[in-house]
Amino acid sequence: MNRRMMRHLYMVPYVVWILVFVITPILLVLYYSFFDIHGNFSIINYERFFTPVYLKLTINSFWYAFLITFISLLVAYPTAYLLVKTRHKQLWLLLIIVPSWINLLLKAYAFIGIFGAYGAANQFLEFIGVGARQLLFTDFSFVFVAVYIFIPFMILPIFNALNGLNPALVDAANDLGASKWTTFARVIFPLTIDGVKTGCQVVFIPALSLFMLTRLIAGNRVITLGTAIEQHFLVTQDWGMGSTVAVFLILIMFVMIRLTGFRRRGV
Amino acid sequence: MRSNTNSFAKLFLIIIFLILYAPIFYLMIYSFNSGGSMSGFDGFTLDWYRELLGDTRMLIIVLNTIVIALLSALIATIIGTFGAIGIHSLKRNKNSVLSLNNVLIVSPDVIIGASFLILFTIAGIRLGFYSVLLSHIAFSIPIVVLMVLPKLAEMNSSLIDAARDLGATRWDVFTKVIFPSITPGIFAGFFMALTYSLDDFAVTFFVTGNGFSTLSVEIYSMARQGVSLTINALSTVLFLFTLLLVGIYYILTQRGGFRVGGWLRR
Amino acid sequence: MKKLLTAFFGITLVSLLLLVWIQQLNTSQGYSGTGTITVFNWGDYIDMELVERFQEETGMTVIYETFDSNEAMLTKIQQGGTTYDIAVPSEYMIEKMKEEDLLIELDHEKLPNLQYIDERFLDLSFDEGNRYSVPYFWGTVGILYNPDMLPGKTFTSWNDLWDPALKNEILLIDGAREVMGMALNSLGYSLNDTNRDHLEEALDKLNELTPNVKAIVGDENKLLMANNEAAVALVWSGDARDVMWENEALDYVVPEEGSNLWFDSMVIPKTADNVEGAHQFINFMLDPEVAAQNTEYVSYSTPNEAALNYLPEEMVTDERFYPPPELTERLEVYENLGKEMLGVYNDLFLTFKMHH
Repeated sequence: MNRRMMRHLYMVPYVVWILVFVITPILLVLYYSFFDIHGNFSIINYERFFTPVYLKLTINSFWYAFLITFISLLVAYPTAYLLVKTRHKQLWLLLIIVPSWINLLLKAYAFIGIFGAYGAANQFLEFIGVGARQLLFTDFSFVFVAVYIFIPFMILPIFNALNGLNPALVDAANDLGASKWTTFARVIFPLTIDGVKTGCQVVFIPALSLFMLTRLIAGNRVITLGTAIEQHFLVTQDWGMGSTVAVFLILIMFVMIRLTGFRRRGV
Repeated sequence: MRSNTNSFAKLFLIIIFLILYAPIFYLMIYSFNSGGSMSGFDGFTLDWYRELLGDTRMLIIVLNTIVIALLSALIATIIGTFGAIGIHSLKRNKNSVLSLNNVLIVSPDVIIGASFLILFTIAGIRLGFYSVLLSHIAFSIPIVVLMVLPKLAEMNSSLIDAARDLGATRWDVFTKVIFPSITPGIFAGFFMALTYSLDDFAVTFFVTGNGFSTLSVEIYSMARQGVSLTINALSTVLFLFTLLLVGIYYILTQRGGFRVGGWLRR
Repeated sequence: MKKLLTAFFGITLVSLLLLVWIQQLNTSQGYSGTGTITVFNWGDYIDMELVERFQEETGMTVIYETFDSNEAMLTKIQQGGTTYDIAVPSEYMIEKMKEEDLLIELDHEKLPNLQYIDERFLDLSFDEGNRYSVPYFWGTVGILYNPDMLPGKTFTSWNDLWDPALKNEILLIDGAREVMGMALNSLGYSLNDTNRDHLEEALDKLNELTPNVKAIVGDENKLLMANNEAAVALVWSGDARDVMWENEALDYVVPEEGSNLWFDSMVIPKTADNVEGAHQFINFMLDPEVAAQNTEYVSYSTPNEAALNYLPEEMVTDERFYPPPELTERLEVYENLGKEMLGVYNDLFLTFKMHH
């Protein structure tokens, strides 16, 4: 074995993983996508994807994934920013993650109770004088619960970026008379942009294929590509069409990475 | 002015934590409900906890879940960290490799589960502990890579060059330069991998067999009959146990570091 | 680096200790012994005490695995890799499994307790002569409603759901067959209708229902109805029974036009390892006393006629859950319409969902 290969030995498990658990499934999915419901080779699934129903699903998925990512970021950045300033920041960070270890279905049931017509959320609304209203099965509750689930994924990378920030840079900006906002916009935010990007990726990508909450919390008022795949695999048993939708999901993800991924960096 | 922003900051964090823990408190309260489900609190009871005590099958399932989560997260973290270092060192095609990395994150669980099941049956791997472990490792690797990459990007590359110039071996570069500066990313990856593993239902369902089961599979398959409140009791116990562990760990690592007051650093 | 190594060794050590503990528990449970049967069933769909009793009586070990949908179960059995001796699919799935040659024919000689099953529930279209399946529980699809929230309103027909007074009050099941079937029934067609015009007509009728539909939900409908979240729901009778225990105000009706009659039945899949043991298990579950105890636990309707004698009077005389033969005659089981027709049903249902 030559030196060059030795040098890359540490990557072997990762490459093997990509080959076995990523490339092979992609090939399987591609293969299945060319079979119609009777098991005949055809491209009918691809034709079907370009019908209004599926295009609408695609737009839906995008819109909600965008909304969820954006709101997660709006909540997560200040949270991470404030967490970094607390005394026991590692402890608090862990306490942000712990709730995500409780089973999702159970938490969804809890939200059904909380957002229900007679639930705690409505009692609160009545208490502050807004009055009770329909919360379950609305876009609001759907996005709320989705953000709830993804928020630790957004906070962690941003926390790490902020935590690794060199305080000297912030002090320097302050000394030079920059206002708080300028310091944030010109120094802090640009330096943590990698963390933000990672956070957006780990929220946006899985949010594209969200499915369970669309039924549990949104009562099927929100339907996404994830729901469609689920249906095709588990109800219609039309693996071909399910795979085709998956192929498009993967393609969309590839495009997203191209657009937001690595560029040549200075420094 | 200062103290104003501080109390505002405090309030913001308190609200965030309240929201994060609200559904969990909700579950915990209902674990004491003498009625049969999570609707209408009828009265206080400890029956669900009593039922839990004698349930060896459930204990085995819980332990299975924890072992799978810990081991898969650990192994995924190791493979993923080295993978991230590899991706970082690439000169070209970074985005293509990253795209491949993310395929399992964007694919719905049913697809991952079904294709892994096909893989395992072709390879002749007996379904059970090992097939579940392998699958969990597989779907956790990408999240680790994504968590480690930004820390690598932040790392000053001149540091590595300097170390090399000073005659450091490759191993030294890893242990003395790279790992220390990406440690937070590695821990983040590990914890997110744990989350993925603990929450997974669909993939586990497809690749498990021969009596091996995890908590998620058990809970989801109860949905049609109505999830029993023993599950609430179990979640409460597990949750409190986790908090206890977190607390002990923190006291051990911070020995004497707790001080009353001064919650926010001035 | 030290931190990473400590974490690594700590986690490894904890995992190993847990593995040893699991091993010990498994041995103490006898899970690793010989003479086992593996039962593949819905979660919490059997009284575990009965499983223990079966183990004591026969010396066999029962491994209990669970699934959450018929289709997921089918995929696992098709793919193999694990041995299931007993599975409990619903009737339309049995037809499909039969078609795909995934079932082993039952030996009726070994199932003497089959005599206790009500004749109404034997020899049905999905499995003539019960060559492959024995009914485990059965039920209907109907309307669950809350009279307190709808003073004066009664339901006798499916068409009552289209009443404008029910605006935003109905929960539907997230199932193409159930919802399309309801619309077909309301038009006087069979819920197994495959006439495209009739199906389109049903879709139009469903679209008219949209203003009344609050949400299309799954198993959480029980929670929602118990919480008074909606006044009306399309449900399976088993679910209705569960919720009515929680929320006594509720009532359940099977509309007069007819509806679906469903079964969950025990079968022996081709993957079985212990066919003899599987027969013993089925026969055990058919024992009237055992079936009665199981029915009390699960609360669905039992097809075991003799078991009714062991059940509380008020349970078995409740015609909502043990309807008389006049009503069951009007009910239909779902026939396997074939993949293509199922696709049509699902597409129409998807269109309806998007419309909504």
